[in-house]
Amino acid sequence: MAKVSIPTPLRPAADGQASLEGAGTTVGEVLADVGRQYPDLHKRLFAAEGQLHQYVNVFVNDEDIRFMDELDTPVKESDEIGIIPAIAGG
Amino acid sequence: MSSEFVRGLTCRLCGKQYPKEALNFCTEDFGPLEVEYDYEAIGRALSREAIERRPRTMWRYKELLPIDGEPTVGLQVGCTPLIKARRLAEALGVRELYIKNDAVNHPTLSFKDRVVAVALSKAVELGFDTVGCASTGNLAGSVAANASAAGLNAYVLIPDNLEQGKVLGATIYGAKVVAIKGNYDHVNRLCSQIAFRFGWGFVNVNLRPFYAEGSKSMGFEIAEDLGWRTPDHVVAPMAGGSLIGKIFKAFKELEGLGWVDPVKTRMFGAQATGCNPITNTVKTDAKRVKPVRDPQTIAKSLAIGDPADGFFASKLMRETGGWGEDVDDDAIVDAMKLLAETEGIWAETAGGVTLAVTRKLIEQGKIDRNGSTVICITGNGLKTQEAIIDRIALPPVIAPNLAEFESLVGASAPADSELAPVGA
Repeated sequence: MAKVSIPTPLRPAADGQASLEGAGTTVGEVLADVGRQYPDLHKRLFAAEGQLHQYVNVFVNDEDIRFMDELDTPVKESDEIGIIPAIAGG
Repeated sequence: MSSEFVRGLTCRLCGKQYPKEALNFCTEDFGPLEVEYDYEAIGRALSREAIERRPRTMWRYKELLPIDGEPTVGLQVGCTPLIKARRLAEALGVRELYIKNDAVNHPTLSFKDRVVAVALSKAVELGFDTVGCASTGNLAGSVAANASAAGLNAYVLIPDNLEQGKVLGATIYGAKVVAIKGNYDHVNRLCSQIAFRFGWGFVNVNLRPFYAEGSKSMGFEIAEDLGWRTPDHVVAPMAGGSLIGKIFKAFKELEGLGWVDPVKTRMFGAQATGCNPITNTVKTDAKRVKPVRDPQTIAKSLAIGDPADGFFASKLMRETGGWGEDVDDDAIVDAMKLLAETEGIWAETAGGVTLAVTRKLIEQGKIDRNGSTVICITGNGLKTQEAIIDRIALPPVIAPNLAEFESLVGASAPADSELAPVGA
């Protein structure tokens, strides 16, 4: 199962864990699986229409999924999915 | 004391409220947080006349900035000139043109001193002894300088390909400057992780809601210097997309306090074509900002491929009847020369972007030639010399005798002689 790193501010929604494991072959499937385990985490990641919230950025092995196939981006079991809040300019 | 004027932080997406802490996003949906004020209390405590009696720094608007006590950092920042640009107006074929010139802002010659003055004053209030930032250059210098003056430790993270003037301009103040292999977006992401891990006050990460409010001072000053009037058009450069929104927020706050007539300003944003995620969003009427993976432009201070405020900036441009445009590197350099030759202002590359976009918008008819326009120049050309050094004609070299000089001057008519202004 792919590993999902949970940033500090989201850990209360995941029983305090720094990382979780999710089943699936795409980013969307893995995050959905993790969301089934922790519904509070799911609502923080996804808007009602099933899209990621606008300011949730997701990376697969440090690559932004917006430069790949978004939630359809394929993942292998050895991949690590990172969740990072959008951050501002300087 | 202004603590009674700041209510707290509010998520711009879901409206959830938070106290005044070092927090930049909503834990419900990661939406950005915005400072909320008690405008009724401000209106009772402050007036235009009271502001006008204060020293000419950005802190004359302190009740409208998010600090709880008196400012402690950047006390001389702001109140830069608003120049009526007659020769440039003539060159562009418009009636009323102004330059808000933050190329001479104190102490580090960019508008970033405004946001840093607020962020570091807030950092002191919140008890941080170490501050930091992710920067494309101007912020690096400003955090380093202002932290030094305030006795704070500073970590400044920059991409490894910045202009030398900006690298030196951060290093001289004794800050710990770290160059990161990659572009600004890589640097920013690392800073977010560092802020969580080390508990430092990163001005544009966990102190961001306070930091961003500093940009409002540019809007307040524009309105005051126009005689408590807001212009018909404002053209602002966009990196992360925050500045344009904060200038407009300032105008609306003045309107809400009854100090200016209802705001009709149309907001225009400028980017380089090599990094245009926000203008592209406006032009394609997209609902989300598509980031640019590998920004390529000489305007490095605007080279943020993933602009956090891009969504709100594009929405603002549409809602005010403005527009977003971008220009290539040649147009940027041409505009830098035009500004220097007509108004004696040497802006950094971002200033070239802003002026070149203004010219384009005028030609497109999107900016009304008979209206009033303010161009925001946000940084100084001294810092971006290598961007243009190969594109500027070098001076002729002669022997120290009058005959050679006369020969040189007499060789052609003055208007197109080699002594004419550079680039003429």
